[in-house]
Amino acid sequence: MAVHEQPRGLLFDSADWDFDKVQRVHDAIAGIAHGEMGLDTYPNQIEVITAEQMLDAYSSIGMPLMYRHWSFGKRFAQDETLYRKGMRGLAYEIVINSSPCISYIMEENSMAMQTLVIAHAAFGHNHFFKNNTLFRQWTDADGILDYMDFAKAFIARAEERHGHQAVERVLDAAHALMNHGVHKYPRKRVMDLREEQRREQERLAYFEQTYNDLWRTVPKSPATSQGSKDLAERKRRLRLPEENLLYFLEKNAPKLQPWQREILRIVRNISQYFYPQRQTKVMNEGCATMVHYHVVNRLHELDLISDGTLMEILHSHTNVVFQPDFDDSRYGGLNPYALGFGMMQDIRRICLEPTREDRDWFPDFAGNGDPWGTLRAAWADYRDESFLLQFLSPALIRRMRLFALHDDEEAPDYHVTAIHNERGYREVRKTLARMYDVSRMDPDIQIVDVDLAGDRRLILHHRVEHGILLDEDETLLVLRHIANLWGYEVRLVEIDAATDMTLREFDDVGPAVVLG
Amino acid sequence: MNIIDRRLNPKGKSLANRQRFLRRARQQILKAVREASGERSITDIAGGERISIPADGLKEPGFRRSSHGGVRDAVVPGNKEYVEGDLIPKPPSGGGGGGGSADGSPSGGGDDDFRFMLSKDEFLDIFLDDLELPDLIKKNIRRSESYSLTRAGFSVTGSPSNLNLTRTMRNSLSRRIALRRPRPADIQALEDEIRALEDSGRDPERLSEARLLLDGLLARSRRVPYIDPLDVRYNRFEQVPKPVTQAVMFCLMDVSGSMTEHMKDLAKRFFMLLYLFLTRRYSHVDIVFIRHTHEAKEVDEETFFYSTETGGTVVSTALAEMRKVMAERYSPGDWNIYAAQASDGDNTSSDNATAAALLEDAILPMCQYFAYIEVGAEYKDWLGRETDLWRTYKTLVRPGGNLAMRKVRVRSQIFPVFRDLFSKERAHGGS
Repeated sequence: MAVHEQPRGLLFDSADWDFDKVQRVHDAIAGIAHGEMGLDTYPNQIEVITAEQMLDAYSSIGMPLMYRHWSFGKRFAQDETLYRKGMRGLAYEIVINSSPCISYIMEENSMAMQTLVIAHAAFGHNHFFKNNTLFRQWTDADGILDYMDFAKAFIARAEERHGHQAVERVLDAAHALMNHGVHKYPRKRVMDLREEQRREQERLAYFEQTYNDLWRTVPKSPATSQGSKDLAERKRRLRLPEENLLYFLEKNAPKLQPWQREILRIVRNISQYFYPQRQTKVMNEGCATMVHYHVVNRLHELDLISDGTLMEILHSHTNVVFQPDFDDSRYGGLNPYALGFGMMQDIRRICLEPTREDRDWFPDFAGNGDPWGTLRAAWADYRDESFLLQFLSPALIRRMRLFALHDDEEAPDYHVTAIHNERGYREVRKTLARMYDVSRMDPDIQIVDVDLAGDRRLILHHRVEHGILLDEDETLLVLRHIANLWGYEVRLVEIDAATDMTLREFDDVGPAVVLG
Repeated sequence: MNIIDRRLNPKGKSLANRQRFLRRARQQILKAVREASGERSITDIAGGERISIPADGLKEPGFRRSSHGGVRDAVVPGNKEYVEGDLIPKPPSGGGGGGGSADGSPSGGGDDDFRFMLSKDEFLDIFLDDLELPDLIKKNIRRSESYSLTRAGFSVTGSPSNLNLTRTMRNSLSRRIALRRPRPADIQALEDEIRALEDSGRDPERLSEARLLLDGLLARSRRVPYIDPLDVRYNRFEQVPKPVTQAVMFCLMDVSGSMTEHMKDLAKRFFMLLYLFLTRRYSHVDIVFIRHTHEAKEVDEETFFYSTETGGTVVSTALAEMRKVMAERYSPGDWNIYAAQASDGDNTSSDNATAAALLEDAILPMCQYFAYIEVGAEYKDWLGRETDLWRTYKTLVRPGGNLAMRKVRVRSQIFPVFRDLFSKERAHGGS
């Protein structure tokens, strides 16, 4: 980066914004963010939009380009009604994980708010997108806009060629399965001969080392029956079980047309693109909030913004990180901004002024004097669940007065299982981390078998955790969608993960309309 | 960093999505609009409308866990008094969980109705959808004041906005090839060569030759222009007259003393709706307003709807006035003629026979459709007698005929009756 010269005097002194001021503020923030905090960001692109355009962007899940579908129109109508009634404000910004990183700012906002937004989105979120391992692994920031452009054009063309209704049916079905259209684990790499040979040798060496003649004397298990062999072979060929339902249908549904498969693929890719965001809400917002908080304070220390500006910014900041108590009527779950920001401030404190307790709990970084380095490492390598498990400190549990509740449907009461005391810290931390485990947020549903020889029925299993079944009405609708894509009947069985007992079976659902 | 001003980007990016959404929810919206329209006054029908529709057909289902049952663990903030092992009684109703479950903030919003605003245009379109004037046939197409533009090849003159770039460039290219206009790359190559020769100073012979060649090329490219006025082509459009079906609607309203305020209100509402429907759906429908007491007069729209008058009732005067206007301006050979009459059903008893005769002999044969609305008192006459006019007209109703009769007592009946009179099914059934 070029050597940054600190401008003298205030960056701006009136509430109105203009492009020069935005540029100046951006450069000043870049100096602090890159120079002092060591952030590493994609190049920024800041786009000024109106409130109506912000509503537009909302309804298409924040993407600047999106194909057309009625559900986005529905969301727009909903948001617009709420906004016009004054029941909901608009977000200050929307930021897109792309390279260059696009941040939308609204023309209505004051210059102070624009400063906050630029620090928050164009540096905080931007750094997180570029560095967090999940985003690096799963999303292609350079290609996403081009891909969306392709997707939009493809679906528009399909509508022209096959009619709105036909396309809508496929999209409806695909949207219903969107959360089950992600690969949660990196797929196999392409085989590399040398690598394979090396592994083969390692295996051989291991086998030789651990060879024991005794194994020869162990009686062999009875030969497996032909039927189960067939089953195993079939499952191997179809790569079952498969938890990426959209992927399976795209590749294997017998009746779909190529364009329909492509639509499934588009929805699947978008879902995959957003998968990291769902796993890192607390960290992503925490990171952005942490960055803007320190940037504006530094701007103020350097006399680049006035007291009034700082006050205006802090006012918004405080609103954003407000966490109502559980018995407050405003309570709506844990605020990811509050939790993330609280934890990161706490990490900074532990790095700079650790107590004895902190040294016990976080020996590897307590008092290391490098808060930004520690935070950068955390931002890069964790997701919400592991971040909470690793970094939630007793001090913060005490401050937020977190406590764990156990809710058994059978029992008449909630049971307080842990509070902010010596015995409870670990329990609270563990329970909280589990709440953010994305694999627990979505029910575990897999395609386990296809009756290819018989009536081609598709069989899905839901591994039920803690006895929480699926919502019956919705599940029936989704099964209908799957049946439409698959073209034959579909059956879902809910099986208790702990005991392998069948808890509930949905009757076979046949296709209502035959796609393809 | 880039700053891009997107504020001037075209608005309504989500318009296409909205249309898809309205189409998707069409049935529900239609129902909601019908219900909403019963309650509101006609004057605000022209405004937008907030409607709410059941969320059923708009569900976006997904595999979600049920909100009840099973065992859940959650962490919540703000502990004030609890210690480990405490029991907190659950709130009586199962839902909500007393803020106990952090994942309990529903994203869907439950089974609540879905509320949103329809714009005025959307509202009217949906409201007036599938209504039409019955039996509208193409009579003499005399007036064709509407034209549509149709592509009609290319022309060498035109306005710059109609410039056809592809054609123009194609002509330009072929002319340049034909006249051997030197390509810029050739000139560039020659210039480079000359420069190289000048620098090196070798081969002066070739140098002078090249210079000569270059002069020739430059002169030629000046003589043969890149784009010549000869090349330019414009898209040509031709005006094609669009056939127009002519129709006229006669609105006959009784404003006599026997009409109470309530009845006048009903009648005016009916005509306003009719007016809205005609002006919105048919650009070439004339509307003739006739109001009558014991005498009838053709009036303008403003007078018809807003001015007051009183007197006795002689229905036949209105029909006679209509016949007169028809004879003067709207020859049945050229025009589709429609009429709607609103009255409380009172008539001077000596006039009934005249009115019936006039209607049967002079008007019904000329009309495509004649709708009679009888506005009644809010509470039914306890004897349930039929009015004079109703009884008179009833004798003229024939199955498959063009006379339709309806009664309206309260505001909420206007819309259903109106729809009934002008619905498409009726139109097909009647013709």
